[in-house]
Amino acid sequence: MTTVSMTVNGKAVSADVDPRTLLVQFLRENLRLTGTHVGCDTSQCGACVVHVDGKAIKACTALALSHDGAAVTTIEGLAQGTQLHPMQEAFREHHALQCGFCTPGMIMAAVDIANRKGPALDEATIRHELEGNICRCTGYHNIVKAIGAGAAAMGARKVAAE
Amino acid sequence: MTATGIGASVKRKEDQRFITGRGQYTDDINRAGQSYAFFVRSPHAHANLRAIDTSAALKAPGVLAVLTGADIAADKIGGLICGWMIKSKDGSPMRAGAHPALAQGKVRYVGDHVAVVIAESLAQARDAAELVSVDYDVLPAVVDLAKAQAASQPRIHAEAPDNTVYQWHLGDKAATDAAFAAAKHVTRLHVANNRLIPNAMEPRAAIGDYEAGQEQFTLYTTSQNPHVARLVLSAFIGIAPEHKLRVIAPDVGGGFGSKIFIYAEETVCLWAAKKVGRPVKWTGDRTEAFLADAHGRDHLTDAELAVDAAGTITALRVKTKANLGAYLSTFASSVPTYLYAPLLSGQYDIPAIYAEVDGVYTNTAPVDAYRGAGRPEATFVVERLVEVAARELGKSPADFRRQNFISKFPHQTPVIMAYDAGNYGASMELAVQHADLAGLPQRKAESAKRGKLRGVGYSAYIEACGIAPSQAVGSLGAGVGLWESAEVRVNATGSVEVLTGSHSHGQGHETTFAQLVSQRLGIPIEQVTIVHGDTDKVQMGMGTYGSRSGAVGMSAIHFACEKVITKARKVAGFVLEVPEADIEFNDGVFSARGTNKSATFPEIALQAYVAHKFTGAQLEPGLKEGAFYDPTNFTFPAGVHIAEVEIDPETGITRLDRWTAVDDFGIVVNPMIVEGQVHGGIAQGVGQALHENAVYDSSGQLLTASYMDYCMPRAEDFPSFKVDMTTTPCPSNPLGIKGCGEAGAIAAPPAVINAITDALGHEDIAMPATPQAVWRAAQKAVRKLAAE
Repeated sequence: MTTVSMTVNGKAVSADVDPRTLLVQFLRENLRLTGTHVGCDTSQCGACVVHVDGKAIKACTALALSHDGAAVTTIEGLAQGTQLHPMQEAFREHHALQCGFCTPGMIMAAVDIANRKGPALDEATIRHELEGNICRCTGYHNIVKAIGAGAAAMGARKVAAE
Repeated sequence: MTATGIGASVKRKEDQRFITGRGQYTDDINRAGQSYAFFVRSPHAHANLRAIDTSAALKAPGVLAVLTGADIAADKIGGLICGWMIKSKDGSPMRAGAHPALAQGKVRYVGDHVAVVIAESLAQARDAAELVSVDYDVLPAVVDLAKAQAASQPRIHAEAPDNTVYQWHLGDKAATDAAFAAAKHVTRLHVANNRLIPNAMEPRAAIGDYEAGQEQFTLYTTSQNPHVARLVLSAFIGIAPEHKLRVIAPDVGGGFGSKIFIYAEETVCLWAAKKVGRPVKWTGDRTEAFLADAHGRDHLTDAELAVDAAGTITALRVKTKANLGAYLSTFASSVPTYLYAPLLSGQYDIPAIYAEVDGVYTNTAPVDAYRGAGRPEATFVVERLVEVAARELGKSPADFRRQNFISKFPHQTPVIMAYDAGNYGASMELAVQHADLAGLPQRKAESAKRGKLRGVGYSAYIEACGIAPSQAVGSLGAGVGLWESAEVRVNATGSVEVLTGSHSHGQGHETTFAQLVSQRLGIPIEQVTIVHGDTDKVQMGMGTYGSRSGAVGMSAIHFACEKVITKARKVAGFVLEVPEADIEFNDGVFSARGTNKSATFPEIALQAYVAHKFTGAQLEPGLKEGAFYDPTNFTFPAGVHIAEVEIDPETGITRLDRWTAVDDFGIVVNPMIVEGQVHGGIAQGVGQALHENAVYDSSGQLLTASYMDYCMPRAEDFPSFKVDMTTTPCPSNPLGIKGCGEAGAIAAPPAVINAITDALGHEDIAMPATPQAVWRAAQKAVRKLAAE
């Protein structure tokens, strides 16, 4: 057992873990943050996407100990109190989820796409950037619309804040 | 139509928890003191089980128990059942072998359940499982469906010689044979419907719990139908009496049919909880989902279409082999029989049809219903036959279809189904318009300039869903009724809880069901809560599959609401001091005709519970009513999808350039949600046609057991879809709803293959039409083009 410490959704956390513990297990089992999901065992489905130090990674393919000292944001940390993140709002507005299982990872990936590619995302870019996220329910049609709208709203929010 | 009533695209109530990561899926749930289960699975497709040595595993750190088939038999626990009796042509019952939850004597597919290790942690259980020593006497595996019934093949179950579960048929053989003999033209196709693995994004999971003080069992499970699970686990498998078993299906991350069935893992977790004296939790990993979730499809069919000199279809004939896998799953027997052959008329007026279906065992995972369940198989056969026949006859695929569409309703097909209402021509015309087929020649030329091949494919599908009239399916062999239940509880403060036997695992019932109730009772949608998924709350239900929640589930709610309004009008009579016959109810207000007296629904609700305005002799207090609704017919959604593809002959990659869907679902409660169902269904159908294939090697090893090898459709594989609807209300339920959940998966595969074969100028290409397969076919097409 080794001690791992990090900041998760703004809160400092620390625990003794088996060194084999994956980041997704640390979040789900030690911290009881069950919004991040495990959907596969080959790092392809994207249900486990979180942000570590501002960048999207797949928590199923990361050891908790590798991210000792990092700042992690999970789906539970996106909203500000009752104020939803524009990408979360966009997913609801555009019916971009059905069963909801891929949704946390999809939203975290979507925010990362907007962070990297900017607020004006065209359909081809969004579809290409979603290679690491699988959805079985929606056929992606509404997810693509939501991400376009969410990115634009993130851009507008940024401009408004400046 | 109001902003929140029937027909409105109301945003979903359930989204709040899903978009904030507060869903409660089974693996998110933890019980105090829980232990963890890991299954030892057979690495062989077919073997006798000589001995299982659990001694080393039992001594491993953290291990609480290691249980095998011998333990389950000693406790007299029954096997997993198939609930639909199919009889062969000669009247004999289907030959079903036993399906124990942990193998007894034999293992029959790679992934078959041999033992379970239960330990303090999952890591400890996994480590200990490697110490379970199994002595297998390996047998040759039966894998090839085409050869499985040969006398030389090993017998998988003693009960089924020639590995044949049944030889079933439907239709009029004599009339069909006569029509073929007299036909001017016969189109023949050998059609394979490729085997698929459902892959809902949430892997299956279960938590079994036993509370000794009350002798109460609880099972959390990823199920589409918790009450069916409860019934099967109590009445047939015999783990607990029904009244001492609570089954909870919380948030479930997709099902598509794969979570209907009662599986070994949840059975074992529930049984083991009492043995171990601790809750037992199992969460499948993705590899286990590939190996042991029920697979879908897997038919081989010889199909023929008879056409007369005028181009009218006179008969259709099929011989199908259906792979049922190593054991009969819960509904497996019905899928290639009564959910398949009765749809072989398609949208066409075909006077004579005859279908023969052999259900066959192989040493592969059990096969059962997967989105569409039999109807995609039927539609693929019909729509490929019709497309190829049109080309052989030199007719346009659209005209050949139009010429043969059914136009008078009700229409009795020769294969049981009586289509009640439809307008197939209207869907065709709207689809052709939206697909801008007028512009196709120009697009084709432009593609050719870039060295690409462009083609268009139609799929005119019909399906039978809103499953199903109980007596009808009972007479066909079903062991259960397929009604649905609803209880509408009005609270004293006027809010309403609706307890439904339907289950929502992506369909949005918390919103759509509330839309119906809000409109009927005239109360704000925020005042309506939909309750589902817990057998302690909802008394009984049959669950969600077969596109039935709208047609059957909502009809039950409709009738319960009618009973509530009837009772409320009585209360209103007393409250407003007029005879009940003078009470009118509109938009949530009860008024006394000819006076200015009125009361709102919440005011009347309060009066029903306060009971000051009437005596007990005059009226019972309270405002709570239930209804069970048994449909009087299947429903028949139908439509036309048109796929336009562009193929790169250098890579074989098929790009979907545009997709047009025009569907008739009858009355639509929430267009946004219905379109979402169409999108998702199309994606799965395209997955079947272009990407997905479950492949076993000759020794029965599953080669496609992860996302590395089984190609899941991704966002870049699709364009945005053009979706529209025509409407002929369903005459058989009070809401006019036909249902929409499976239509896309049924319609899409033939549209894709018809488009590819149109582009390539070849008769046939098998599914999945991978880049390699398309590349080979395209080389031939390019050489042919060059030669012309």
